[in-house]
Amino acid sequence: MRNTWILTKVRLRLAMRNRAFFFFSLLMPMIFLFSFVTLVARGNNRQWIPYILGSVMTMTVMGSFWGLSVQLVTFREQGILRRFRLAPVGAGPMLASSIISNYFLVIPVIVIELLVCRFAFHVLSFGNLWALFALVTVGSATFASLGLIVASVTNTMQETQMINNLIWMGFIFLSGATVPLAKFPAWVQHVSLFIPAQYLATGLQSAATKFATRYEVFEDVAAMGLGLVVAFEVSRQLFRWEPEAKVPRRAKLWVLAALVPFLAFGTWESVKGTRLNHVNQNFQTLIDRMGPGQTPPAR
Amino acid sequence: MGEPIIRVENLYKNYGAVEALRGVSFAVEEGEVFGLLGPNGAGKTTTVEILEGLRTADSGVARVCGLDPERTGERFKETIGAVLQSTALPDKLRVKEALDLFANFYRRRADTDKLLSRFQLDEKRNAFYSQLSGGQKQRLALAMALVNDPQVVFLDEPTAGLDPQVRREIYDIIEELRRGKKTVLITTHYIEEAERLCDRVAIVDHGRVIALGTPRELKQRSAGKTRIEVRLARPVVNGMLGRLDGVSDCREFDGAYVLHSSSTPQTIVALVKQLEAEKNELQSLEMFSPSLEDVFIELTGRRLRE
Repeated sequence: MRNTWILTKVRLRLAMRNRAFFFFSLLMPMIFLFSFVTLVARGNNRQWIPYILGSVMTMTVMGSFWGLSVQLVTFREQGILRRFRLAPVGAGPMLASSIISNYFLVIPVIVIELLVCRFAFHVLSFGNLWALFALVTVGSATFASLGLIVASVTNTMQETQMINNLIWMGFIFLSGATVPLAKFPAWVQHVSLFIPAQYLATGLQSAATKFATRYEVFEDVAAMGLGLVVAFEVSRQLFRWEPEAKVPRRAKLWVLAALVPFLAFGTWESVKGTRLNHVNQNFQTLIDRMGPGQTPPAR
Repeated sequence: MGEPIIRVENLYKNYGAVEALRGVSFAVEEGEVFGLLGPNGAGKTTTVEILEGLRTADSGVARVCGLDPERTGERFKETIGAVLQSTALPDKLRVKEALDLFANFYRRRADTDKLLSRFQLDEKRNAFYSQLSGGQKQRLALAMALVNDPQVVFLDEPTAGLDPQVRREIYDIIEELRRGKKTVLITTHYIEEAERLCDRVAIVDHGRVIALGTPRELKQRSAGKTRIEVRLARPVVNGMLGRLDGVSDCREFDGAYVLHSSSTPQTIVALVKQLEAEKNELQSLEMFSPSLEDVFIELTGRRLRE
């Protein structure tokens, strides 16, 4: 635990000295927030602002996926991990510190997003703040762990970025974070039930718009929490210190294991079917609250 | 005599079809500065990295302070310090932060402020790692290897690629480690480094230890012989130089002829006469007293830096 904390502090310092961090982690979400609100929530459409806030928070939290995988591969390629390997530090603290430091970096951005909505867009209520807090906490750790798995099964930065891009596209377009899930045909909605990002996006949008029930928040947190535990253990098992270390054959099985929680929750939801109904109902309620002549968001 | 502080027995290691180690064995006593001398690709780094716990041997025994580097984990890491062939740290990490970070991982810690002074990094304490010169980075790597006041220090090519002044600074640091009774295992392909710093040297080639002893003992093999290096206007044929008076061995490297002679004056007179007779011209002639390079040439027929 001590080594985890030592490494967390150093990682926080390094992030604060990195201009790319400020651009991708702070500036980009703000650009999204202002753009979406300007495009969608003008005039009588202000009820969409909390929904947009949920979407932007989703992208902020999911950014953990990109940042950590790239950082880990860079450290491995440059031989930095090798130097750490000589010290009495295990893979667990190395990985845990990157997840914890990432969380400490995500929280202020989320707070800034809330403050911008409050003072720039005059949003008076943020729905269920405790639910938002729980989803952001578990979500950032889960997506960070998923990023660490990608870093463990790729050999070069080029490979990492290629796989990240593929997964990222699925995350942002099929989760409801950019295009509302209710806008998709039924079969796409069913596919989204198996995507980790859907639990985060739906959860944050519902919590921010006050639609989330306790059970739904619990299910979102449980899906991501279970995903976190499995993904962290998988990334720990697949962790490689050496740039030339080969990805073991069993890696593919481990990666499949990381998806099991989401496959299980997806199957459960497909059979039970209430989640998609609620998503569609909530979206319809927001449309019903719109002023005459306004159009719903289709970002 | 008790258990040596480093014990290596019959180490084998293959990288695919490449046999990196083919039965390396040696032992290092406490407080000794021990050198692994050999050309690039000889197996020095693989041996050291097995001893550091970074690589796994295919077979054989490696023990440091009686501990198996592969299996004893953190307890083992507490006892060693190491400088890798190339050390890398995050660019935006400051010098003092790097030392404090690594010191904090260990139970036994050296004073990092004193290390900064000792390694002349005081002025650079707030500099980012990316702002350091090659020599400063290597001094920092050495300081980091000592943050836990280790019993055994591994230095893998610690002066490779550094300018002569920085190299001498690092020699001074290694001398200081010797005075501090640290056990040091150093790999190098610099003859001067091995001769100057090491109490004993193992000459390694093609994954095997081909000679082992003090630099003095090893040089005894070439005792009484002088190395004469000559460059000629035209190449000679039929091994003529090898038949000159006093010459025991003659080989050609990069257009130069290297002769080992037990009676230098007669060899030189005979050489001049022979060249006159063949109407060949002497372009340069250098003489060297016996060194570990000669031992290596004798044993392998190659130069260390070939």
